[in-house]
Amino acid sequence: MIEYLTSSEFVVLMIKILVIFGGVMGALAYLSWLERKMMARVQMRPGPTRVGPFGLLQPIADGLKFLFKEDVIPTHSNKFLFIAAPVVSLVPALLSFSVIPFGPSLQITDLSVGLLFIFAITSLGVYGIALGGWASNSKYPLMGAIRSSAQMISYELSLTLSVVGVLMIANTLSLGELVAAQQNTWLGIIPRWNIFLQPVAFVVYLISAVAETNRLPFDLAESEQELVAGWHTEYSSMKFAMFMLAEYANIVTVSALATIMFFGGWTGPMFGPELLRMALPTVWFLLKVSIFIFFYVLMRATVPRIRYDQLMRFGWKVLLPISLANIVVTSFIVAIS
Amino acid sequence: MIQILFFFFAALAVGAAINVLVQKHVMYSALSLILMLTAVSVLFILLKADFLAVIQVIVYAGAIMVLFVFVIMLLNLPEDEDGADRLRWLKFVGIPLGLFFLVLVVTTLWNVEGSAGTQQQIVGSPAAIGQSLFTDFLLPFEVTSLLILIALMGAVVFAKKDL
Repeated sequence: MIEYLTSSEFVVLMIKILVIFGGVMGALAYLSWLERKMMARVQMRPGPTRVGPFGLLQPIADGLKFLFKEDVIPTHSNKFLFIAAPVVSLVPALLSFSVIPFGPSLQITDLSVGLLFIFAITSLGVYGIALGGWASNSKYPLMGAIRSSAQMISYELSLTLSVVGVLMIANTLSLGELVAAQQNTWLGIIPRWNIFLQPVAFVVYLISAVAETNRLPFDLAESEQELVAGWHTEYSSMKFAMFMLAEYANIVTVSALATIMFFGGWTGPMFGPELLRMALPTVWFLLKVSIFIFFYVLMRATVPRIRYDQLMRFGWKVLLPISLANIVVTSFIVAIS
Repeated sequence: MIQILFFFFAALAVGAAINVLVQKHVMYSALSLILMLTAVSVLFILLKADFLAVIQVIVYAGAIMVLFVFVIMLLNLPEDEDGADRLRWLKFVGIPLGLFFLVLVVTTLWNVEGSAGTQQQIVGSPAAIGQSLFTDFLLPFEVTSLLILIALMGAVVFAKKDL
């Protein structure tokens, strides 16, 4: 064991973990800046401008403010669960980055069941929301938590089923192999991405992913007009920040998964000298992921929230049948070809 | 290393399982059950059954227990609700039944040959599980799915008075 701890393999792994964890945490902080700035632009406001050029130091100011704010714990709350809930929602959200391939070798570990691992881990994230709402011992958080758990169970089904078609084509559950299978092109121009083979699955995935991350137009769990702030109404200071970090981490995860499964992950045109070739896959990957993130933020700024019964009906009666039909059609085509 | 991990997570699973029974508050019991299921899934990983471990978390910890927690939240049960009086007679059935299961487990373990180590990698992979489900265990697999379908229909019938 001592041998392993001093081997170069272990050191490389630690460096990978540090780079990915640090990069992800930095990106999450700046996601809040990006979201505020973009929302402001859509609403004809300048957004944060005071701290640093273009308000670029705003996340740091926000972080400091979060640290120095008073940490309020309601008197009639369940103290243990109230403190545990933000941790329970943040840890799974960050754990899923351990299997995401940011580049050909920039991946902490390539599990043989990587895709299922992400679904398993993110399905645990709902406990953070449910416990946070329940432990607050207050009506708005409880309503938000109940809505959120019902919503997440419903949309997890179509989210998971939409992926099955891709898995049948790629014949693997490992994220690294999924990306590798999408290299090369058809006829020399069209990239071999799964989006061209599974467009229906992609649309279902995209919609269910929005619902899974509790974002507009599906953010019934924290709809401000009805529930103040939903499950995190009673949270303040750093605990609130942890909930926000978890939400942003989930957005990045679903965007990264969409890129990996439907848009070829880190694949892309390669050119230039050796050093550039090493960096290019990661650049392509991050570019594709950020397109999805832009899409999510723009959707939040433009689409109104839907009603709760509409949300449930849409999930069970529209998305679920579509994803089931997609599986049947795909398996038929895979079987005859 | 693997042995340390095994003993740690095995102890965690047993401790959490005991905690399910000891806790007075039903929410803590449910949470301990989630902890127990997750610890067991780590034991599956140590046995190189990755697929089984992940499915365990998705199905039990991620779906079924969410429903448990959901219902507990909806009912908002008072703390320390004591329903034990009504179920006192269960003690006299439960202890012999538990002993019976213990004997069953011990005799099964006694008869297992201890040399399955080389085959585990192949047995635990998703492809191998799919293969055996659709060849050797096709009938039990299909019968189970039929059973689940019937249970689903039964739930719908119960939930809706007039269809």
